[in-house]
Amino acid sequence: MIRDRKTRGDRVFDVVNITLLVLIGLIIAYPLYFVIIASISDPDVVNKGQVILTPKGATLLGYERLFQDKTIWRGYANTFFYTFAGTLLDVTVTTCAAYALSRSDLVGRKLLMKYFVFTMYFSGGLIPLFIQVNNMGLYNTRWVLIILGTVSVYNLIIARSFFESTIPLEMLEAAKLDGCSDIQFFLLIALPLSKAILAVLTVYYGVGHWNQYFNALIYTSKQEYYPLQIVLREILIQARQTEVAVTEGQIAELIERNRYAELIKYGVIVVSSLPVMIMYPFAQKFFVKGVMLGAVKG
Amino acid sequence: MQSVEAYQKERRKAGRLRKAGRCWQLYLLLLPAVAYIFIFNYMPLYGIQIAFRKYSARKGYLGSAWVGWKNFNRFFNSPDLWRLIKNTLTLSVYSLVVGFPLPIILSLMLNQCASGGTKRVVQNVIYAPHFVSMVVLVGMINVMFSVNSGVVNTVLEKLGHERVLFVGQASIFPHMYVWSGIWQNVGWNTVIYFAALSSVSADLHDAAIVDGASKRQRILHIDLPTIMPTITIMLILQIGQLMNVGFEKVFLMQNNLNLQTSETIQTYVYKMGLQNSDYSYSTAVGLFNNVINLILLSTVNMITRRMGGSGLW
Repeated sequence: MIRDRKTRGDRVFDVVNITLLVLIGLIIAYPLYFVIIASISDPDVVNKGQVILTPKGATLLGYERLFQDKTIWRGYANTFFYTFAGTLLDVTVTTCAAYALSRSDLVGRKLLMKYFVFTMYFSGGLIPLFIQVNNMGLYNTRWVLIILGTVSVYNLIIARSFFESTIPLEMLEAAKLDGCSDIQFFLLIALPLSKAILAVLTVYYGVGHWNQYFNALIYTSKQEYYPLQIVLREILIQARQTEVAVTEGQIAELIERNRYAELIKYGVIVVSSLPVMIMYPFAQKFFVKGVMLGAVKG
Repeated sequence: MQSVEAYQKERRKAGRLRKAGRCWQLYLLLLPAVAYIFIFNYMPLYGIQIAFRKYSARKGYLGSAWVGWKNFNRFFNSPDLWRLIKNTLTLSVYSLVVGFPLPIILSLMLNQCASGGTKRVVQNVIYAPHFVSMVVLVGMINVMFSVNSGVVNTVLEKLGHERVLFVGQASIFPHMYVWSGIWQNVGWNTVIYFAALSSVSADLHDAAIVDGASKRQRILHIDLPTIMPTITIMLILQIGQLMNVGFEKVFLMQNNLNLQTSETIQTYVYKMGLQNSDYSYSTAVGLFNNVINLILLSTVNMITRRMGGSGLW
């Protein structure tokens, strides 16, 4: 092969290039790694800045404490529910619409596409949507956290391009000759051939629901509806107040608690990101696939 | 003559209707999505009119008094106006200038990476932060850059520097915002360029090697031109978003100490609307912002089309 004939300059280039890439990789990975080792290290040692490469004074106390926190568990359960129900709804609605839009014999296809794409560029804004949600009686319900974001036009376009490029027209014609209806064709023939796009959409919508906090912040005020991200915000960013010490016995407890406050924060970050990170190797592949599909016709 | 034309027109129309009727099942499949978009995207558009009214929930849209441009004038005369615009543009332009070229350079580097294993590992690592939620990202910043116990300050102190109040200082806020964003997205944003680079034909490179082109020359004269259309489209999209700074993140990073630089148009819309319940004013400011974005997007789109590039529409 010609490529093996490298000049000296090219060899230098390769060495510099790989070194730089590894360096960039390390810089990007380090904060994530640090959070993990800090979450299982003695908080005093962390605060002294001695935990740099390996965990020191290993302890699981942070995790023990945060697992005692009921709000975290409830947030977890809520988020699981919203993510599951929401993603199911999103993927179903989006796939159905995307398939219909992929059919060239759909009368009014161009107009319908414009109907969807317009919303990418212009929206009513925060308050008109807020009033709309309120008028529908969705404020302070679990429903709003499931329903909002059902159709992402970006995902719709990706799915449509997928159907356009993978389901051959001949197949539809043959099925129609055999008396297959559009819905039958979609459910029995097109969908089983489209597992890849279903996976892409599931991952896109799923991660979106898991990480979503803003809708919960503005549309719910009941604690029992709070998803994990809102609980996290209270702990990590608003530094949720622990109870005020009154008696002397409690002061010692309070000092102890402050000592562990940072430890708990690291632990919470790890615990909340765990499901996404476990899914990551799988999800990453489909995420990339989605971008590639989107790039074909953006 | 005319009756024939009319007849043909009639028949065409009837044919079209019949065709539309034949795909009624497709319309059924579309119905939920069309309804969702109508309810949550188009019906709020009707609500924009409250920007021109003195809205009260009791009186409804049409019952509220019409005030014309009053809400807009209030914003244009507000002492906050220039600070808001300046902050918004500072964050977005800074993000664009640093954040736009970096993924392009990184993807070109990755593409040249001779070792497949190293490439895959590096890719897996640099995509990861993209999956971290905004709350966790800002939480990480707060914990790691904390003035008393943050690891960054501890290291700074060891190196003989003074401790820095990273999270509560207006002058540092833009840097924190932009660079944390780069950490989170620089890897992920390479994906699209990487996809474009995969279409570069190997023949072109082989021919260039025969002609004695160095790697640097091949990157500049083969790889870069190939991904130029992608770069253009990404640039258009980003410029169209110049007045839309990542609201969720700014909102989370904002505190009373850094408000001077962290108050953007969108956080202002949120505060006026949902904290002060000044619905009409907030909607007016939001509408102003939206229109500016639309103008920016169409202008850039037009310019790139004039220059012979591929636009969005």
